[in-house]
Amino acid sequence: MKDALDRLADRADAENLLDVAYATVDSPFGQLLLAATPRGLVKVSFPQFGAEATLEELATRISPRVLEAPARLDEARRELDLYFEGKLAEFELPLDWQLSDGFRKKVQQAINRIPYGRTSSYTEVARSAGNERAVRAAGTACGANPLPIVVPCHRVLRSGGALGGYGGGLPMKEALLKLEGVL
Amino acid sequence: MNVLPPFQSLLDEHAADVMAVLRGAVGRSDADDCFQETFLAALRAYPKLGDASNLRGWLLTIAYRKATDHHRANGRRPVPVEEIVEVAVSDPEPDGEIWGAVATLPPKQRAAVSLRYGCDLPHAEIAAALGCSPEAARRSLHEGLKRLRKELT
Repeated sequence: MKDALDRLADRADAENLLDVAYATVDSPFGQLLLAATPRGLVKVSFPQFGAEATLEELATRISPRVLEAPARLDEARRELDLYFEGKLAEFELPLDWQLSDGFRKKVQQAINRIPYGRTSSYTEVARSAGNERAVRAAGTACGANPLPIVVPCHRVLRSGGALGGYGGGLPMKEALLKLEGVL
Repeated sequence: MNVLPPFQSLLDEHAADVMAVLRGAVGRSDADDCFQETFLAALRAYPKLGDASNLRGWLLTIAYRKATDHHRANGRRPVPVEEIVEVAVSDPEPDGEIWGAVATLPPKQRAAVSLRYGCDLPHAEIAAALGCSPEAARRSLHEGLKRLRKELT
């Protein structure tokens, strides 16, 4: 049966029927769920959000053609492994931003420009997204980041230097910043 | 609004049953191809599916159509013989004399028996999968069983 299912995923991909491919991958922070469209990585989800809820969200917001098909996530998995080992500073895989729009998307793309090993503040990120006064909205946009780790919202701190929040939990934010040599 | 679950959940819940039905309907060696055709067709149609209340019946209906297509395609390649002998389209199942005999039944009876005993479907769902009335489904099942009894005793 496993062979039949693998073959099905391959054929679905070849016939452009695989709108969302996903895989679960092990990380130092538990099992992450990765999902990609033909355009690129579209979602990174932490274990505490629940795989089922994440898949339902993808089915509703992108397409119900959601299949477990790890091959499309090979590159993302490879880069994430290297990142967690401290051997990769910049992700190179293509990203699909379709789960974000408007100001949130601008904020998340601004976050994506913060270099490895540096931090920024919610205020700076808001400014960089084109609206310096929308600090609270920038915080919300950080929290709604569909691609955490890869789009490094863990590099955004409060203006005074306090950690702020993190979807994966503060210990994870701290660990990622230590990995990058910031803390 | 109609909310469709992620397609993967259809595979998780029904792939084994669809495979069992297809093995009964076309034999083990051809079931794999029919399985691929069934789920590719389902995947193609899925985003526009209006009613998600009986996904299992929907999948089995497609599976039955693919099995029928398969029999038709085989039927279009007749082999001339001197004497007509009743033989199985596919090799009998290695895992049982009974399923081997099921594989020799005419398509509708074969599908009805497979859906009932391979898949534990009630008559109403067999009827939905075969696209016929529950009475007709019951009749196909009855005829199929009668024939099996004759052959196996």
